[in-house]
Amino acid sequence: MVNWIWLFLIVISVVFGLINGDMDAITQAAFDGAKSGVTISFGLISIMVFWLGMMKIAEEAGLLNKLSRLLYPFVRWLFPDVPKNHPALGYIMSNLSANLFGLGNAATPMGIKAMQELQSINPDKHTATPAMCTLLALNTSSITIVPTTLIAIRMNYNSANPAEIIGTTLAATFIATGAAILADRWYRARDKGPPVTYPSATSSSPNIGGEAHG
Amino acid sequence: MVNLFSQISAYMIPAIIVFIPLYAMVRKKKPVYELFVDGAKDGFDTAIGIIPHLVGMMVAISMFRASGAMDAMLMAVKPLFDWFGIPSEVLPLGILRPITGAGSLAFTADLIATHGPDSMIGRIASTIQGSTDTTLYVLTVYFGAVAIRNSKYALKVGLFSDLVGFVAAIVICMLVFG
Repeated sequence: MVNWIWLFLIVISVVFGLINGDMDAITQAAFDGAKSGVTISFGLISIMVFWLGMMKIAEEAGLLNKLSRLLYPFVRWLFPDVPKNHPALGYIMSNLSANLFGLGNAATPMGIKAMQELQSINPDKHTATPAMCTLLALNTSSITIVPTTLIAIRMNYNSANPAEIIGTTLAATFIATGAAILADRWYRARDKGPPVTYPSATSSSPNIGGEAHG
Repeated sequence: MVNLFSQISAYMIPAIIVFIPLYAMVRKKKPVYELFVDGAKDGFDTAIGIIPHLVGMMVAISMFRASGAMDAMLMAVKPLFDWFGIPSEVLPLGILRPITGAGSLAFTADLIATHGPDSMIGRIASTIQGSTDTTLYVLTVYFGAVAIRNSKYALKVGLFSDLVGFVAAIVICMLVFG
């Protein structure tokens, strides 16, 4: 589906450029887009390096395990196919808690680390597992308790009550996340082919992009 | 309330940064600095590995916005909104939000500046912007980091929840502030 969306965006853009006769703008936009892709990735380097360093300490000290035990029943229900005590669960928990507190720049590194842990128990390295899809669903709908950026913008424009949107945002976010979980469940059930047995990994090495060259 | 939350957020990161190494060193006798460096090494490769995915996606999105194709798409759905009595100014957000975080934030800020933060449009826009994340970006970064090519149903689930969140944000705001 990503392939089709990508192709669709590009083809439609060029068609519109042809109609409007403004191909220069399209060309310019393409290279601007490429540039911002690199800029964003470079921005990720510092927070990835920092948080992955921190999380390594947390993992070795057993803090991640503690965290994952805390909300274990909930995570167990969401990720039934991740082996018990697998480090992935700890990272998933850290990712969800960071999202909850609106710590966006901590949530992403932990989510990526969780993905890498899930990838280590993935039998087919090019295809997403149900657990990966669930983690993604939770992150795209992103439960946030305090939308800090928006409150700041509203303050800037002299809102009488900048925080009045906390309640509505919270309600909308819960509904969106609920919808994501339901849809994820539905696809999971529909997708259930022959049962896959995962090798239970005790430790895991991160699987960074290596498979892309296969 | 807001103050309380922003205070919590402000102390959260320093608290985590101090607690993790302190606990590991004092209670578990771990070589904290060496562990930090060891874990941090992965961060660089991961971030670099995401570049191709992000460049590919950002090119397509940037072209789509610049070509006017997005505006045309909006014009096509506008009558439906008018029919429901929903301010159609917020419609672009529904399409922008899953595609580009920076783009939709800019659009939200613009709506707030134009119509005022306490107008219905301003409130709906704030709620939409705050309630979901940028699906296409999250998918690109998270799956890009582990080189997943076949994302299965993940995108459909993400877009579905965006749509539900968008509708929910409008309905809730119209009920609460209407």
